[in-house]
Amino acid sequence: MVEALTIVLASGLTRGWRSSLTGVGAATVALAAVVAGLGPALTVVPIDDLRLVVGALLLTFGLQWLRKAILRASGLKARHDEEAVFAQELRDAETAPREEHAGLDWYGFTLSFKGVFLEGLEVAFIVLTFGSTQGSIPLAAVGAAAAVVLVALVGVAARAPLARVPENAMKFAVGVMLTTFGIFWSAEGAGARWPGGDAALLAVLGFVVLWSAALVAALRRRRVAVAAA
Amino acid sequence: MRFFRFWWDFVVGDDWLAAAGVVVGLAATAAAGVWWILPPVVALVLAVSLRRAAR
Repeated sequence: MVEALTIVLASGLTRGWRSSLTGVGAATVALAAVVAGLGPALTVVPIDDLRLVVGALLLTFGLQWLRKAILRASGLKARHDEEAVFAQELRDAETAPREEHAGLDWYGFTLSFKGVFLEGLEVAFIVLTFGSTQGSIPLAAVGAAAAVVLVALVGVAARAPLARVPENAMKFAVGVMLTTFGIFWSAEGAGARWPGGDAALLAVLGFVVLWSAALVAALRRRRVAVAAA
Repeated sequence: MRFFRFWWDFVVGDDWLAAAGVVVGLAATAAAGVWWILPPVVALVLAVSLRRAAR
């Protein structure tokens, strides 16, 4: 969502707010249609099958997030520099040719639409998976909408990319949570029963956190050793 | 083709071995019906994936 805000700010400042905000609105409607279309379909799938598929997807998704966050935390991958991304987006948007469709600047519209839709698809995926396995997609959607509103309000107040947000720490936490729920649900969906029932989720969480921290420490040591050699 | 490419990138990402490891771990869990297979498989998959990325 932070990345989407950066793109929309760059688009709005250079190509005009009307086209950019129309792109944001169109992307929001498209994302709502994805959630509204897939949500009811997921509720008719048997819960164990749903947990297996959703858990497996969460796990592959979570491992992607965790892998990148661990590489950034250990210094092996550059941290996401929101100000640099913003400056690049501004340069690209300023030099792009102007083309109008239906009274809208097409570059500004598509830039905002793609930024919000592609970033929002991750959020929609999390809403659908968490909401469907817990039996309340609307509640999960309300939680996601609240987060979107909060980011938008902070962005409007700051009128600058959210460069001071501890983005990697947040992504690390999301990766840990997705991986934890992914392990828990997919194993249940595959027919395993966790000792202690839902309380085992905390043990899985602890395991994922400790293992991730150990990997960060190991990669940092390796980076230092390679640099010293 | 671009449609499938997009969903492949979205779900599998840039290390297909990690996704394959998850599938193998889940298949083993389903075959044995025990909880203790998946956590170490995921831990191993993550370590191997990071090792490949750090090379």
